Amino acid sequence: MNDTSTETRSVVVEREVPFPPEKIWRALTQPHLIEEWLMKNDFQPVAGHGFSFRNDWGAIDCRVLTVEANKTLAYTWDALGLESVVTWTLTPTPAGTHLRMEQKGFRPDQRQAYGGAMGGWQRFFDNLEQVLARVD
Amino acid sequence: MSDAHDVLFRTLADPTRRALFERLCREGEQTVGALTARAGVSQPAVSKHLAVLRQAGLVRDRHEGRQTHYSAHPGALAPLVDWTSQMAGFWESRFDDLEDLLKRMDQ
Repeated sequence: MNDTSTETRSVVVEREVPFPPEKIWRALTQPHLIEEWLMKNDFQPVAGHGFSFRNDWGAIDCRVLTVEANKTLAYTWDALGLESVVTWTLTPTPAGTHLRMEQKGFRPDQRQAYGGAMGGWQRFFDNLEQVLARVD
Repeated sequence: MSDAHDVLFRTLADPTRRALFERLCREGEQTVGALTARAGVSQPAVSKHLAVLRQAGLVRDRHEGRQTHYSAHPGALAPLVDWTSQMAGFWESRFDDLEDLLKRMDQ
């Protein structure tokens, strides 16, 4: 393994969404809506608010860092040794919104944080099959 | 490839073992008896598979009375997982669900 134990890395996903920022903001910040696309939660759009996302595997501990209505939302995302920050950025475009998610703070020695708590197992096993097919 | 990788690959290469592990991941802790009932192989065979999974660190056992309960320890898979692509995949799929939700809202 490389000597990168203090390296911070990030995952970025961004998309053009054909809806105004205000509507997306609701989906990002109202607990019953968040649950529909992410996980059960007790989120509140208040900086400093501690909350958790819950699924079959356990809980992801979070704290709200930044709330700028319809623009930016950031919260910590800690699970199984992983310490990271998830930042949502909404930028209006003529056709709707450019929605960007960055999850930052992974380090190579925290890979176990992925755990399996969050990923789709079917997808994982599909990947594993592919890896296994290359072994031997 | 490290020995740890090798052990994990060998352990999960067997479809029956992989199915047992996946079931424990999906459904939580279970007894050998409960696992056998749906495994399609004999209890001694299930016990043997569980022992291999345990040696690889993929499952843990807990004794209670005469029963042994097994639970998954998916963290043991960490060496196999490229977390960046896995997390990217996770968020891509969350984005899909978010877009579906946005289409349904206010309609």
